[in-house]
Amino acid sequence: MTSNFRAFPIVALLTILSLPLVVMYGFTILDSVTDTEPGSLVPTEFTVHHWRFLWDDTTGRGSVWTATLNTFIFAGSTAAIVCATSLTSAYALSRLNFPARRFFLAGVIILHAFPTITLIIAIFLILQFLGLFDTLIGVIMVKAALELPFGIWVMKGFYDTVPWEIEMAGVQDGASRFIVWHKLVLPQVQPGLSALLIFSFLSGWSEFILPLVLAPGSDAQVLSTYLAYFLLDDSLEVDFNLFKSVGLFYALPVILIYLIFQKKLMNIYGGGSKG
Amino acid sequence: MQLRLKNFTKTFDGLTVIDNLDLTVESGEMMALLGPSGCGKSTTLFTICGIHRMNGGTLHFGERDVSDLPSQKRNVGVVFQNYALYPHMNIRENIAFPLRVQKLDTATINRKVGEIAELVHIPELLGRRPAQLSGGQQQRVALARALVRQPDVLLLDEPLANLDAKLRLEMRSEIRRIQLETGITAILVTHDQVEAMSMCDRIALMKDGKIVQLSAPDQMYNDPVDTFVAGFLGNPPISYLDANVADGQFQTGGGGIAISDALKPKVSGQIQLGIRPEYFGPQFGSGLQGKISFVETQGREDLYNVTLSNGAVLRSIQPSGRRLKLGETVDWGVDADHALAFTTDGARI
Ligand SMILES: Nc1ncnc2c1ncn2[C@@H]1O[C@H](COP(=O)(O)OP(=O)(O)OP(=O)(O)O)[C@@H](O)[C@H]1O
Ligand SMILES: [Mg+2]
Repeated sequence: MTSNFRAFPIVALLTILSLPLVVMYGFTILDSVTDTEPGSLVPTEFTVHHWRFLWDDTTGRGSVWTATLNTFIFAGSTAAIVCATSLTSAYALSRLNFPARRFFLAGVIILHAFPTITLIIAIFLILQFLGLFDTLIGVIMVKAALELPFGIWVMKGFYDTVPWEIEMAGVQDGASRFIVWHKLVLPQVQPGLSALLIFSFLSGWSEFILPLVLAPGSDAQVLSTYLAYFLLDDSLEVDFNLFKSVGLFYALPVILIYLIFQKKLMNIYGGGSKG
Repeated sequence: MQLRLKNFTKTFDGLTVIDNLDLTVESGEMMALLGPSGCGKSTTLFTICGIHRMNGGTLHFGERDVSDLPSQKRNVGVVFQNYALYPHMNIRENIAFPLRVQKLDTATINRKVGEIAELVHIPELLGRRPAQLSGGQQQRVALARALVRQPDVLLLDEPLANLDAKLRLEMRSEIRRIQLETGITAILVTHDQVEAMSMCDRIALMKDGKIVQLSAPDQMYNDPVDTFVAGFLGNPPISYLDANVADGQFQTGGGGIAISDALKPKVSGQIQLGIRPEYFGPQFGSGLQGKISFVETQGREDLYNVTLSNGAVLRSIQPSGRRLKLGETVDWGVDADHALAFTTDGARI
């Protein structure tokens, strides 16, 4: 009990600070299933009318389910590409002595800190040139490329914590470099890999600017651009409750993933697993 | 299996670390590579197991030339200083890993793992993880993993450095027992002369990438080739006196020391005299006067530093109980037969 009392001021402070957020989330959820008189805060009736986007095409931009599928493909492919590439290139950067290693390392750090948005016009031109403008593949490639420096850096950090002697012991035990990597090193960076997978998936899921600029059409649209369309298109009458419902629908997987994988996500800042 | 290293040269970025080194370890022998930090012991060891490439020279295991073989094909067992156990595998899987790589069948693997676990006394630990073991137990597992493949050569890189004093004593005899029981050719890298002397058949004492002396421990102790070797072995260490040969005696600051019959024809002029602490004391008569400048009680024995009139310091180790005080004047003798004579640049006479 005593420790609870001592924690009381902190709890109180956090409550005050997070109250506005909680109220906002509360009303988002509430408003998505109710109607309220203008000027009032108290809802008057229950309705599923605001969720009509799930079965109707309310925007003229196609079904929300296509956008959802696109988002899954977009986030999933990005995460897969980022993980596969980071896993191998980070190993090379951490362990192998190849020409221009320092140059690549420096490059990774610089790119990691680079503001993406400044590249967008160049990327736009390149995609146009390649014929990948307004396609999902194009955005996936761009997003994966921009996520890679972070992924490589994180994975390199995990590889660096694996003692060098473990690999040498494996080689002495007669295993090939590949088996050593697969059987001895990989299991030890596995926590980092899971965290990176989830992180890059979420990052892809919430990506907005890239699909907006590079895939503006309705075929390749993802949930974030679908959602933004409610606000951006002047010809549509603004329906805030509809907007809130779509937003909720969009955020749901993110919340679920966070709830399920919190522990693994913490890992990414904690380095590798130790002996 | 005999191990033969010939004309071995190793350079790192143009810097020669090992220069033209020859080393032969006989079959079943345990050889110590002893030397100060940075002298190239680990480099030599890692070259033998294939982690480093040789820049020159050849390496033979028996009749087999392994100079250009990759580590995997050399059949060498290595115990690393930090044991390098695989943290995500339990002990059984750790020891079985070299066999699993060879794709042996499960029954054979289990039998071999069982046998080797018996040998190193860890059969009850097979189900545990490396993190759940003490340092000494991890050491045993590392030994078992290195030995389970029945390698031609066993290499140990400072295997005891991470253990506390008591465990070190225990593992010292354990490693030797296991080496003798398996009859394996072994090389032990260490910078601890006690380990080298107590565990090994022969010692190769290295300095700056060269072997200064290679002999059995007692011979190296009693018959060192120069002041470096004499100073490296023995604890408390040997002390040196500048001396002059005159009137059939070594003349030093505190008095004269008799010259043994063996040395008499060989010495003349200015020399350095090496005297080990156990050969200086009242039991050898008298002749050197000095003041006690340091006393260290070690339980069974006491260590005294005696400062002679010219400022030179001699160490003496005495059975405890004599209770000499700091500053007391003594007149002790030296065992002439065991005094070692060196030239002024350190070579043995
Ligand atoms: N990978 C390397 N690159 C460059 N120089 C190296 C490398 N490994 C070792 N050296 C150098 O080679 C020399 C011998 O090193 P080595 O590790 O063999 O010493 P050691 O005798 O094992 O010393 P210690 O007792 O400290 O382990 C040292 O001067 C070291 O700086
Ligand atoms: Mg070393």
